[in-house]
Amino acid sequence: MTDPQTDLGSSPDGVQFRFRDDETVDHASVTVDSFLEQSNSSAVRIEPGDDARELLPLLDRIALVEVNFPVFGDGRGYSAARILREAGYTGEIRAVGDVLVDQLNNMRRCGFDAFQPDTPMNEADAQAALETWPEVYQATTDGRTPIWDLRHGAGRNE
Amino acid sequence: MYQYDQYDQAMVDARVAEFRDQAQRRLEGKLSEDQFKPLRLMNGLYLQLHAYMLRVAIPYGTLNSTQMHVLADIADKYDRGYGHFTTRQNIQYNWIKLEDAGDILADLAKVEMHAIQTSGNCIRNISSDHFAGAAQDEVVDPRPYAELLRQWSSFHPEFMYLPRKFKIAVIASDTDRAAMRLHDIGIQIVERDGEIGASFYVGGGMGRTPMIAPNIRDFVPLDQLITYAEACLRVYNRYGRRDNKYKARIKILVHELGAEEYTRQVEEEFAHLLEQGIEPPIAELERIKPYFADPAFEDGPKTVDRSDPDFALWVDRNTHRHKHDSYVSAVISLKPVGGIPGDATAEQMHLMAELAKLYSFDECRVMHTQNVVLPHVKIADLHTLWTKLEAAGLGTPNLDQIGDIIACPGLDYCSLANARSIPLAQKISERFAANGKQDKLGELKLKISGCINACGHHHAGHIGILGVDKKGVENYQLSLGGSEAEDTSLGKITGRGFDEAGVIDAVDTVTDVYLAQREDGERFLDTYNRIGMAPFKEALYD
Repeated sequence: MTDPQTDLGSSPDGVQFRFRDDETVDHASVTVDSFLEQSNSSAVRIEPGDDARELLPLLDRIALVEVNFPVFGDGRGYSAARILREAGYTGEIRAVGDVLVDQLNNMRRCGFDAFQPDTPMNEADAQAALETWPEVYQATTDGRTPIWDLRHGAGRNE
Repeated sequence: MYQYDQYDQAMVDARVAEFRDQAQRRLEGKLSEDQFKPLRLMNGLYLQLHAYMLRVAIPYGTLNSTQMHVLADIADKYDRGYGHFTTRQNIQYNWIKLEDAGDILADLAKVEMHAIQTSGNCIRNISSDHFAGAAQDEVVDPRPYAELLRQWSSFHPEFMYLPRKFKIAVIASDTDRAAMRLHDIGIQIVERDGEIGASFYVGGGMGRTPMIAPNIRDFVPLDQLITYAEACLRVYNRYGRRDNKYKARIKILVHELGAEEYTRQVEEEFAHLLEQGIEPPIAELERIKPYFADPAFEDGPKTVDRSDPDFALWVDRNTHRHKHDSYVSAVISLKPVGGIPGDATAEQMHLMAELAKLYSFDECRVMHTQNVVLPHVKIADLHTLWTKLEAAGLGTPNLDQIGDIIACPGLDYCSLANARSIPLAQKISERFAANGKQDKLGELKLKISGCINACGHHHAGHIGILGVDKKGVENYQLSLGGSEAEDTSLGKITGRGFDEAGVIDAVDTVTDVYLAQREDGERFLDTYNRIGMAPFKEALYD
């Protein structure tokens, strides 16, 4: 049995961890602006200043969203990923750039399912990071039942 | 007060394990200082001028005697026998070794405490009214709402890397004792047509650009409270400035967009998030509330024997009206004449814990004014309590007097400071005790910050002092007319600054102007508001 929450995924070149089984997109991603200008690409790259909501009308054309973190301290990408998931996007969301093991768990919670860090993570550290939190307080789209619902017997996602 | 269940305990225990691992990786060199910094900051560990400083969260300032005893033990075991209570109702230890940090967090976790998110660009410890549950004027006890927000904000996956730190205060009375409108989000719990809800103020703050938060929604139903807060944060995370850390707080965003446009965006996000079902069940709030139920108050004497004038003075100055007429809230001043504002020794902390257990239903509170309050003291017990406080140097009768100074740690500890705050506070308190003026002045809130970041709340002082660096020399700017109460206002600078001795004389001068000009019953702030800056300026500079 594999646990989709914590088992490190297998990955294509450059992507260290991938938590999905479908084929990866094999062409380069384009910027949000290019994508909105009628690109044929099915892969788009979000920079911190981009508004993920602009992609919402076109989600059925997208198979991969790369979210770039030029510096780990810029947290706009977390909102971008959640917004896409909240809109029902089921394709890949890949965190790219200055992505560190200590952000892995939060990124998973916000909907990221692939990781391409500039500096590869230690796999044991990554595994440990994903297993740190037995439960969670908040509801996101990651399918975990929040503590609030566990306390009151209402499985939100069951 | 609130007690952890197995889930809360598991979260805190997990954090201890995680931080031990992070600290270990830093000690082994697997993490660079740059990589470690944001991680240690989210655990309240700062690198100061001389050592690490650890800031421990005291959610909404409430703690029991067991917890206070552990805070004392930590001071003894890992620090130099004292701790420093802060303006955000926390405690910090200034002489910590990185090697010990994991053990300290483990000691704290055993008594349901932690240092989670006491620094870093994330949602910080939630603060509240220090008289919550005791004040006669509150609509409800604000702490259940603060506790719900504590859980929501702990390890929030989306908001750990905000543009800048984020502070939330919750109150539930019209009299603001928590400087609510000087927070990133200030929430006032209100009653409307018999229904309880939350009024949201967003975009207040001190620092180099002080702002008073505008009201953006006067009533959020309780079953949408978390969703609304989440919407406020998401708009900030998206648009808050990241190009300049001095313009990164939400107050700048709200100011630049305008309160109306910010509100429009929040409402849009709120409408979207309502469909996401992220709100905790209302049953959760109902689960939390009984932890804050009234203790079993008993009827008893309603007055004290005033034959000892020292005791009578302390009662007049340091006790606050309670909702039960046989009780008061009693403030323990951590501002002895010539002392360091907010500092308490391990022995004093042990004593405060003991007194809380004996006389206040096992509960005490840290105030944002850096004092400690026993919220529910029987009037019949006041004299015994005061006698014990006096014997330990904790009976200073100076609440809201000029000696009750708020001061940041300043250049004695802080790597950001431009000037020292603590020695200045000590000298002012000594001067006004020695010359007998303190007793004549009545309520006068004096606040000192050692740099423009305003941790000493100088903008909100009736008299504020800001330390600046003037060509390598410490210099102090004086401001007048600030207030953090329900009449929230920001102080105005008098004019050119002073050296240390000069600014003490300047405080003396402005208080002389007040004493000469005041009319019946006026406080310093009232006289200033009536006569304006000119007479003070004239006395200072002409």
